[in-house]
Amino acid sequence: MKQYRAHLLVCAGTGCVSCGSFKIKEALEQEILKRNLQDEVQVVATGCNGFCERGPIVMVQPDGIFYQLLKVEDVPHLVEEHLLKGRPVKKLMYVTPAEKQPVPKMKDIEFFKHQRLIVLRNRGRIDPEKIEEYIAFDGYEAMAKALTGMTPQEIIDEILFSGLRGRGGAGFPTGKKWAACAKEKATPKYLICNGDEGDPGAFMDRSVLEADPHAVLEGMVIGAKAIGASKGFIYIRHEYPLALKRMEIAIAQAQENGLLGQDILGSGFDFDLEIVQGAGAFVSGEESALIASVEGRIAMPRQRPPYPAQKGLWGKPTVINNVETWATVPNIIRRGADWFQGLGTETSKGTKIFALVGKIANTGLVEVPMGITLREIVYGIGGGIPDKRDFKAVQIGGPSGGCLPAKLLDLPVDYESLTAAGAMMGSGGMIVMDDKTCMVDVAKYFLNFLQDESCGKCVSCREGTQRMYEIVKAITEGKGKESDLAMLEELAKITKDASMCGLGQTAGNPVLTTLRYFRHEYEAHILDKRCPAGVCKNLIRYVVLAEKCTGCQSCKKACPNDCIKGTLKDIHLIDQSKCIKCGACKEACKFEAIEEQREEAIQII
Amino acid sequence: MITFRMNGLEVKAEEGWTLLDTAKFYGLEIPTLCFHEGLTPHGGCRLCVVEIGEGLRSKLVSSCTYPAEEGLVVRTDSARVWASRRMMIELMLAMAPGSKVLQDMASQFNVTQVRFAIRNTECVLCGLCTRICAEQMDASAIGFQQRGLKRKISTPFDARSETCRLCGACMYICPACQLRCQGPNAETAICNGCLTMEPTCLEHYDDLQCWMYDAGRCGTCVQEKKS
Repeated sequence: MKQYRAHLLVCAGTGCVSCGSFKIKEALEQEILKRNLQDEVQVVATGCNGFCERGPIVMVQPDGIFYQLLKVEDVPHLVEEHLLKGRPVKKLMYVTPAEKQPVPKMKDIEFFKHQRLIVLRNRGRIDPEKIEEYIAFDGYEAMAKALTGMTPQEIIDEILFSGLRGRGGAGFPTGKKWAACAKEKATPKYLICNGDEGDPGAFMDRSVLEADPHAVLEGMVIGAKAIGASKGFIYIRHEYPLALKRMEIAIAQAQENGLLGQDILGSGFDFDLEIVQGAGAFVSGEESALIASVEGRIAMPRQRPPYPAQKGLWGKPTVINNVETWATVPNIIRRGADWFQGLGTETSKGTKIFALVGKIANTGLVEVPMGITLREIVYGIGGGIPDKRDFKAVQIGGPSGGCLPAKLLDLPVDYESLTAAGAMMGSGGMIVMDDKTCMVDVAKYFLNFLQDESCGKCVSCREGTQRMYEIVKAITEGKGKESDLAMLEELAKITKDASMCGLGQTAGNPVLTTLRYFRHEYEAHILDKRCPAGVCKNLIRYVVLAEKCTGCQSCKKACPNDCIKGTLKDIHLIDQSKCIKCGACKEACKFEAIEEQREEAIQII
Repeated sequence: MITFRMNGLEVKAEEGWTLLDTAKFYGLEIPTLCFHEGLTPHGGCRLCVVEIGEGLRSKLVSSCTYPAEEGLVVRTDSARVWASRRMMIELMLAMAPGSKVLQDMASQFNVTQVRFAIRNTECVLCGLCTRICAEQMDASAIGFQQRGLKRKISTPFDARSETCRLCGACMYICPACQLRCQGPNAETAICNGCLTMEPTCLEHYDDLQCWMYDAGRCGTCVQEKKS
């Protein structure tokens, strides 16, 4: 194998690609060729690095130097300074927000320092399209161990003992699921990898599939041996083209190398995988709906029991696990259940990936040990709220999760604590909100998502989410009644109670948690017709502050509806009857002369 | 035989029975709407929900789809079950106030108001028509379309169906269009004309089955109040 003195690891996750990381890679390659360094330096496209906020990202190994927010213009300078003269470029490094000091090494950056990488251990390190690189980092070692040296029962015992729980949301012990399926007599048995990630703001599964597809594949082969399956399906959303492409490459490479297909590693065990593209319905992530979707029927959940482990795909025993769960399995087999046991809390073992998004300084993908507090994630890894705003809430667990307030920041992140607080682990979306967020508006947003994504089978879920949306929408428009809150609570509880699947059973959470922790905001909307955060359009109005307005006309130019009057150097005026309350004028004003008024009750016209 | 408890009674179910089958066998009444003897259970209307399990782990499941399990504890008329059933009736009435089936149920379950805006879609999406068309008429001319708030029942691509024989089975089985209630008040969507009986007892007894439907109505379960 060819030796290089340096590797440039260009992040090629979806986030960085959309910021132009392929162009950076191209420019780097050209520049290296120009300087005749092609035999000394290699450029590698890796999976998602996690720090999506700072893309495009390039890591220089072996020094471990982290470059962020690169532009094509920076490339010649970077190559010359760092690779020729050996001087890392300070102005392209991450700068600490407080001390304004550049941090050269990736491991010293706050965002990376507190993370514990197990599932994402290969992120930003290997080229996901090359099986050799995965194998070089102990890849397929666990599979070889499981296929040649372990009985199915031993594998199941190992997973059971490790305490691994499903990462898809509900947290059912994976070992128990496998054991239930293994003891079924019917054949053939099937495996499914659930990659139908539909939560707004979540990209955990996508990143795992993009950064380390072989880990998922390896986990599935181990699972297949444990339960005696010969065929597996990987269900990936059609909206994830990069993940689909990399998984296809991974499967083809594994088949070529005898790691998938007939007689894997000469052990006599056969297993093959097929990719199924989902059409993107959120409810397809529910396991019985996903099975229906794989079978080619409309994705509609059905009553469990019988569980898929007894009667699943085409009526045969089937194990369905989430992408993250499958990618954890090889690590447990390779390093042993004892090691995995040592991570996390009493009931929740191991690590969990979260997509940290919203009003947070360091947006990105983080993998943290279970039991870490929300404060450590938001303020430690996330770097707090930008623009010196105050933290208001964090929404955990996808659309049907819950909003937790500041007083719960010291809550440990594990399955039980989150459920007790009214939220849930879910698949790992974490949306941080600052004090400019209206919680009623947030509840409205998630209800709108749910009413659209409910499959529509159960009256409780279909009608319940629609009616809750209607009520919350009326509240945000200043048409709320005092009786609405009791009604909402009743409806949310019954929707949770009477619905069949996980979607309906959690659909009341956005309403229940916002009512539980932010009731005063609902009351302000209903009683005072006032939106405390200044978000709900019907309850605010934009005005020009005469003492601050310089008459620069930038608001006038920004207004899409031509409702701002005023000549140059004159105080401007907003025509309230024409104003559509888009807030463009406020954004455009450099002198903070435009304000949304929300203090007194504003007449609803 | 599968042995479990229902409303405090020990019941025996045959292999393959659902909770609803068992309840029917023992004469315990559970209201249904989207269920029909000759069709596969759907579990969509949520009227047949019953409470299973005890304490914090108890939950509601649709009895028409839930299989009888050894050792299960089932309550068909607990307060929680009733609250859900009444809400389902209210939600469905707001969709189809002209349905006599639903109006009768409203009377039976003391649903006296509909607090939602009336939609008058005259369809509660119970799926009886699609199932009778597919399973009994072997036509599958109609089916569900879309999901969530756009869900509706129609022919493929909303075009005139080639397979439909105009047999009328879908209309025969529809709980919204087979019988019409003439009485509903336009504003409240409630008729309640059949609501004549007054319960003799207003308390609900979670663990008992009342022989006159509304728990407490027959008076047989009336006990002295524990102070």
